[in-house]
Amino acid sequence: MANNIQHYLDELRHSRVWRSVFRSGEGASNLHRAQAVQSNVFLHLFAVKSRRRMLEFGATWYLGALTFGTFLVLVVTGILLMLYYHPSVPQAYADMKDLQFVVSSGVFLRNLHRWSAHAMVLLVFAHMFKVFYRGAYRPPREFNWVIGVVLLLVTLLLSYTGYLLPWDQLSYWAVTVGSNIASAVPVIGHQIRFMMLGGNSVNANALLRFYVLHCMILPLFAILLIAVHFWRIRKDGGLYAPDTSAKGKAK
Amino acid sequence: MSDENRGAEDQKASELNRRQFFVKVGMTSIVIAAAGTGVFAYEFLLPNVLYEPSPVVNAGKPDRYPPNSVTLDPETAIYVVRDPDGYFALSAVCTHLGCLTAYKPELGIIACPCHGSKFNRDGVKIAGPAPKPLPWLRMWLNDDGELMVDRSTQISSKQLVRV
Repeated sequence: MANNIQHYLDELRHSRVWRSVFRSGEGASNLHRAQAVQSNVFLHLFAVKSRRRMLEFGATWYLGALTFGTFLVLVVTGILLMLYYHPSVPQAYADMKDLQFVVSSGVFLRNLHRWSAHAMVLLVFAHMFKVFYRGAYRPPREFNWVIGVVLLLVTLLLSYTGYLLPWDQLSYWAVTVGSNIASAVPVIGHQIRFMMLGGNSVNANALLRFYVLHCMILPLFAILLIAVHFWRIRKDGGLYAPDTSAKGKAK
Repeated sequence: MSDENRGAEDQKASELNRRQFFVKVGMTSIVIAAAGTGVFAYEFLLPNVLYEPSPVVNAGKPDRYPPNSVTLDPETAIYVVRDPDGYFALSAVCTHLGCLTAYKPELGIIACPCHGSKFNRDGVKIAGPAPKPLPWLRMWLNDDGELMVDRSTQISSKQLVRV
């Protein structure tokens, strides 16, 4: 029985369709494993080979991976919330309330989106502190630190733009205050505020602009930077994990 | 060196120059196109028509305001103040970060709920982070004897509308 299944699996792996999708060779040698990783669009961002101490909990506390996990949750729940949300002044608040009280599982998805957003901001800061205090920002990883700082800003902008979308008193006044802070920039401050809001006050144009920024522009930018961030880890010699063993030998 | 060779060399040099010329023309047109794209993008992001409420609002007949009172209209964010000598309009938008202030009749002051700025009923700051007093807005009587306020025009204080 087991032999039969193995036989069918082998046959499947040798079929023309399978070979057209998966280009890596077969076999269990290190070379074949490396080829399988390198030829996979999702895995090739990561190092082909990792040292065990890099994967230990103590090395990173998995803070970067957890941040990415919350980002994935936010993308999935956010796309689902978009199916019921209209970014218009008469509908936005009612849609948010509908999601809470009328849509099946709506309150679960909305709360998941909200709590993941809070968790992501916290995790990004924790990740940053961990990298800072371990000294993992030092050469050759200094450029990845810069990308990380930009990703922090993108995360905060995603938080800020998402905050307006429920269109309640809290979000309205938060964005009023935030856009007035932007207008404190010397000389071009009022122009920045006008462009940000698409008008002189927080109104329909501002809601639509924040929606587009929140659902399209900033997530695409974040995905691009996350890809470069992961790719740089590999190019800069893998995760930073100082050798703490007495004789400095690799585990 | 024979004349023939020199002629060929001249031709070679001029061909290089021609290539450089076209490279320059190409690069310049790309730069011009990029600059134009920047200008168009900037103009596109600034709306030319705004469907926002008019800055000029009708505050109604003067006698609807009791003597010696401060009345907030939260929709238009203005105070109509009636003094013994006349009327004036005050912006209700805090000069700190734009929150809507509220009049506290028991204290006789205007207070901002966001960051605690306090103003007296002439708009002068008493306390808090607000950098400027609440501005006085241009106010006049229209032909029907109603108070009109232009929220986009600030005036120097102590100009009362006498009815």
